[in-house]
Amino acid sequence: MTAVLEMRNITKEFPGVKALNDVNFIVKKGEVHALCGENGAGKSTLMKVLSGLYPSGTYDGQILINGEEKHFHRIKDAEEAGISIIYQELALAKDLSVGENLFLGKEPARFGIINWEKVYRESEKWLREVGLDVSPEQVTGTLGIGKQQQVEIAKALSKNASILILDEPTAALTEQEVDILLGILREFKKRGVTCIYISHKLNEVFAIADSITVLRDGRTIGTYPASEINEDQVISLMVGRELKERFPRIPAQPGDVVLKVKDYSVMNPDLPGKKVIDNLSFEVRKGEIFGIAGLMGAGRTELVMSLFGSYAGESRGSVEIDGKPVRVKNSRQAIREGLALVSEDRKRYGLVLGMDIKSNVTMASMRAISNGGVINHNQEIASGNEYIRSMRIKANSVETIVGTLSGGNQQKVVLGKWLMTNPKILILDEPTRGIDVGAKFEIYNIMNDLIRQGVSIIMVSSELPELLGMSHRIMVISEGRKVGEFKTEEATQEAIMTAATGGNKK
Amino acid sequence: MNAKTEAVSAQAAGKRQMSWFKFDARAYTMIGALLSIWVLFSLLHERFLTPTNLSNLFLQMSVTSILAIGMVLVIVAGHIDLSVGSLVGLTGGIAAILNVWYDWNTVPVIVVTVATGAAIGFVQGWIVAYRAVPAFIVTLGGMLMFRGILFGTTGSVTIAPLTPSMKAIGQEYVADLVGWVLGIAALVVAAFLVLRKRASRMRYGFPVEPLAVGVLRMVLIGAFILGFVYLMNSYKGIPVPFIMVVVLALVFTFISKNTTFGRQVYAIGGNAEAARLSGINIKQRVLLVFVLSGTLASIASLVLTARVNAATMSAGQNAELDAIAACVIGGTSLMGGAGTIVGALIGALVMASLDNGMSLMNMESFWQYIVKGAILVLAVYVDIYSRQRKKV
Repeated sequence: MTAVLEMRNITKEFPGVKALNDVNFIVKKGEVHALCGENGAGKSTLMKVLSGLYPSGTYDGQILINGEEKHFHRIKDAEEAGISIIYQELALAKDLSVGENLFLGKEPARFGIINWEKVYRESEKWLREVGLDVSPEQVTGTLGIGKQQQVEIAKALSKNASILILDEPTAALTEQEVDILLGILREFKKRGVTCIYISHKLNEVFAIADSITVLRDGRTIGTYPASEINEDQVISLMVGRELKERFPRIPAQPGDVVLKVKDYSVMNPDLPGKKVIDNLSFEVRKGEIFGIAGLMGAGRTELVMSLFGSYAGESRGSVEIDGKPVRVKNSRQAIREGLALVSEDRKRYGLVLGMDIKSNVTMASMRAISNGGVINHNQEIASGNEYIRSMRIKANSVETIVGTLSGGNQQKVVLGKWLMTNPKILILDEPTRGIDVGAKFEIYNIMNDLIRQGVSIIMVSSELPELLGMSHRIMVISEGRKVGEFKTEEATQEAIMTAATGGNKK
Repeated sequence: MNAKTEAVSAQAAGKRQMSWFKFDARAYTMIGALLSIWVLFSLLHERFLTPTNLSNLFLQMSVTSILAIGMVLVIVAGHIDLSVGSLVGLTGGIAAILNVWYDWNTVPVIVVTVATGAAIGFVQGWIVAYRAVPAFIVTLGGMLMFRGILFGTTGSVTIAPLTPSMKAIGQEYVADLVGWVLGIAALVVAAFLVLRKRASRMRYGFPVEPLAVGVLRMVLIGAFILGFVYLMNSYKGIPVPFIMVVVLALVFTFISKNTTFGRQVYAIGGNAEAARLSGINIKQRVLLVFVLSGTLASIASLVLTARVNAATMSAGQNAELDAIAACVIGGTSLMGGAGTIVGALIGALVMASLDNGMSLMNMESFWQYIVKGAILVLAVYVDIYSRQRKKV
């Protein structure tokens, strides 16, 4: 096999930082090549160089496609050379039809009048290529995320892409959708399409990749055949040190029942009469981590949002905190009752990105830094500094704007915000989504500190190894119903998946 | 590895707090733009930079300034208030009717007028916050309705003249001595606040600036304040409306920067979902923002009515657009979440300076519209362009 792509001695500097330092990256024709590294290792920068987003001349080094040196001045140049990139956040116009999206910007037209016949006929062809069975006239926004992503892939193919770059393609997909995606990629491989796959999820990487290149701190650490290396080795190459254990679980010291949820149901706000949570009961004890597993759409997020008083659908059933019945109607009451919720989407629900660290950290506990409605700025700075220290947030000062931080540090700011409210029960919805291995480990350690202090943690996660590795008990829900509860010692990934996919009830 | 980065970040934090004169490029750009407009007009017309004209200028900017102070909060919260112009007309009409037709004294007139403004703000804010009707629509409707009510209740006649004490709100100047006393008092208060902040930082163990830097800063502020008083006293003294602008600006700057309410308004505009999940009562805060906007509109109406010594049918027409323009020139983001009162005042001063200078030069009014419109677009263009460049 020959190299379809070779990036030689790429160095890209930003003011004050060398984002890429003499990186070499060689991809063979027709392979799936995974690019691994912690956040900030330089993966995205390298792909931006490749896709022409950083034009030729703003970096040092060479790009060779099929052995021929290329200079990409614009994204279009890279596309013409057959390079197509699909970003984590899909770039589709949700209100337009699938066909319109596929031909966006290159509509077949005469004198500016679009030939719709051709748009939809050709669209059908490309949709078949990716195995997507939807009408090209369907409105894109009505499709699930997985199908939208297939539309993106079809769009890339329609541009005659020979090198397809997927940046964290499975971050928002369900397990089934991931399987479909991996199937499509295998199909492409047979047809000689080369694929560069960027993902934090190493199980996927090993399921699909032929080669793995690891980047660390802007340097190439090495390229390895996937068959000659294992997950733990990749992780230690990524972080540059041996991780003795990925999940530093400590034994629970379960005390009294803190949260008791009984016969809890939540109505679907959009479909009257339908329930998203159906007659669910569980208990959480002081000082334990209670995991909630389930497929996407099983109702996990709806359950925790509803407990926090922030879900649009009505709820029924009883909730007791410390043996006292409570009725939480909004997030203010929830905070007063000692609940805290780190939501799954920190940019949308967790942070005001344009504000600084201290303002975000104190946002849910302004009483603590104010007197009669007047803010004590020095107290605020002190609180901000306290959480920068205890959460190990890497930032210049408490006045650093949160939007400029990396994902892991942003997540720590959200955690700090909720810890400042002194919660009894901390709900973590996908606490480590999209953050790198090192930051994950630090967040696990923070969770351990909290249960040692007697806080109860409810952790919702799509990553089964994380749930199995950190929680003490795991509840599995499927279609809003509780379908199983495991002690961690008894739980296996297989047992949880069987329950979650509606297999045998336990 | 972590211990090291922590040490580095602590060092950086220290360094950052060491730079005593925070360089806010944006604020300096705005002040620079204002000064260049002044220099230009003073070259074009010898009377522009005289105490008489500057005094006039500060009088002229007062109505837009007061409206802009309220508008900043509305826009920061992610909304808009198009009704303030008509509200100025309507509440000004009410004030004049009570004062001229019913012979009410000044104080009850003020109370009723301001209460009316607050009540109207409450109703609009309630519809926006608790019924989720877009503020653009609610206040666009209000803009039409209030103007209509003004025409209906007054029978479309100009109501004049006001009683002398009512007129004073918009036309009086404070005596020279009072001006000096106010100036010195402001200086003393400023010095006290700076020292108190310093003491408080020391109590918390934060680094403080060397005393000499603080003193130098106070000297500069003092020179500015006293120079201003001297300038105004060379004509008739400080205009009363301008004192109102300064007081309102101080009060609202305090609200926006030092109260939990203010902080929450910025958070709501920055990310309403995150604010809601953090336990902030969004509806109540938005309602209050509109109450404040209505209240400030009624205060502006008192100033305007008193200054022209009459309630006219066209009073306050397009004033909402001037206020919005002042905010935007002053750096308020129409996306919500960012903006300052001081910026809006500089924006109002830019707009007033353009009006004043072009009127002095007897430019035809069509030119004035064209120039003001162009400056508005140019200001935002430059701002966005410079921010994009910073990103790369």
